[in-house]
Amino acid sequence: MSYLYYPGCSLTGTAREYDLSTRAVMDAMGVPLTELEEWTCCGASAAEACSELLSLALPAINLAIAEGMDARQDVMIPCSACYLNLKKTAETMRQDPLTRDRVNTVLAENDLTVKGTAKVRHLLDVLATDLGADAIRDKVTVDLSHLTIAPYYGCQCLRPYPVFDDPEEPRSMEPLIRATGARIHPWQMGAKCCGASHMNTKMDVALELVHAILQAARGADAIVTVCPMCQMNLEAYQDKIARRYGDVSSVTILYLPQLIGMAFGLSDEALGLELNLAVNNHFRSKRKAAVNA
Amino acid sequence: MKTAAAPPTRQDGAVPDREALHAIQKKIQACIQCGTCTASCPNEFAMDLTPRRLWRMVLMGETDAIFTSQTFTLCSACYSCTLRCPRGLPLTEAMHDLKQMAFRGHMSRYKPSTAFYGHFMNTIRRHGRIRETEFISRYFLTMTPSKPMLPLSYTGLGFKLFRKGKMAIEYPFAAPGKRSLEKIFQKVESMEASA
Ligand code: SF4
Ligand code: SF4
Repeated sequence: MSYLYYPGCSLTGTAREYDLSTRAVMDAMGVPLTELEEWTCCGASAAEACSELLSLALPAINLAIAEGMDARQDVMIPCSACYLNLKKTAETMRQDPLTRDRVNTVLAENDLTVKGTAKVRHLLDVLATDLGADAIRDKVTVDLSHLTIAPYYGCQCLRPYPVFDDPEEPRSMEPLIRATGARIHPWQMGAKCCGASHMNTKMDVALELVHAILQAARGADAIVTVCPMCQMNLEAYQDKIARRYGDVSSVTILYLPQLIGMAFGLSDEALGLELNLAVNNHFRSKRKAAVNA
Repeated sequence: MKTAAAPPTRQDGAVPDREALHAIQKKIQACIQCGTCTASCPNEFAMDLTPRRLWRMVLMGETDAIFTSQTFTLCSACYSCTLRCPRGLPLTEAMHDLKQMAFRGHMSRYKPSTAFYGHFMNTIRRHGRIRETEFISRYFLTMTPSKPMLPLSYTGLGFKLFRKGKMAIEYPFAAPGKRSLEKIFQKVESMEASA
């Protein structure tokens, strides 16, 4: 098994630890990743708010690059927003020849052509469907059984395309987390919205949504995420939320491959753990106890 | 003799005309006003019109009501309504269509959102990928006359990100780079202008 890899902009900046830990875990599992050559931004949540045609053309550039590299390998994407943009565009290119022609008229400016044949996959889909919990269990060297983890899926890896999980009551992370030895925090917030880019444009609304999620995580040692926007919203505003609502304390927020990598015994540097914004002392001491056990 | 009316101008704040809604009306024509979209929406608590009422306003061509409301800018694209609508209507996409109309109309009441998206798009137009420092500095520059305290809401975070080396210290007006998407953006603009 091998994949083409689209990291997307966040993973080269504010979410570098997601890129590091994804590569490290895939490497440990013997899965080669080939980064798309000269990939460009997918348009994030901005293009769709400005121009329909651009919101298709920007992902299509990257689909065209992938199709030109190797048509047999799926394109793996860790960011849920990038994933949905490329997935939606691939579906549209396949099903709607008129729109495909329009997009190709645009792409001709950069000497590219898109067909829509590239198969776009979310990192969680690849971990849950292609690799599976057993492959993770085989590599575990550090026992994490004293940790309780709240799986947070967010929105765009689940909806509107229900590819690998139930879009309302997702469970796909649970076997993967259990394979690391950790327990699952029972909660109903896994598929609730974190407010996405509202944190930049409608902060009060986003804080309300994130507050509800952090509050429901009480009792968990950490929340794990599979999207840089979810991760940032959950980890970066905890002080503000604690001051405003007075009923939440700090919660450790990790990317799923960081948790898996910890169980594999990979180093903090390899997993970019020092880059996280919310890893609290409670979690640090529990983790130390696990490594020394 | 009647004097010729001045040609209609699209000033800041001009509400789009009813015809502009036709494409969206077609998408949601089958709405039965059941309210499932409202019940599914995580942002409904902050909206002045519920999603169900917004779709009613769209079907009735009530452009004034739609474009004084903040409802569509409060859609965070969670796709819950799209998933659950019993008529299978593409509701999140219709929210995007309304955002696009507000963006093209330069309506100042939507400025926090449109300025944010606009600066994001200009940054990738110039560099092909997002340069966070450039984009955020330009966004704050646009917003500070009306919201002088806005950057302060994020300074704590900004320092943290700089300290972690996650935001580069970069010149916010750097020249376009080798991945510039200028030609792509220009082509899209010319195709949209002639559409
Ligand atoms: S869920 Fe669908 S049918 Fe029901 S009110 Fe909303 S748009 Fe109309
Ligand atoms: S997609 Fe938008 S309108 Fe629909 S439920 Fe989610 S936030 Fe609300």
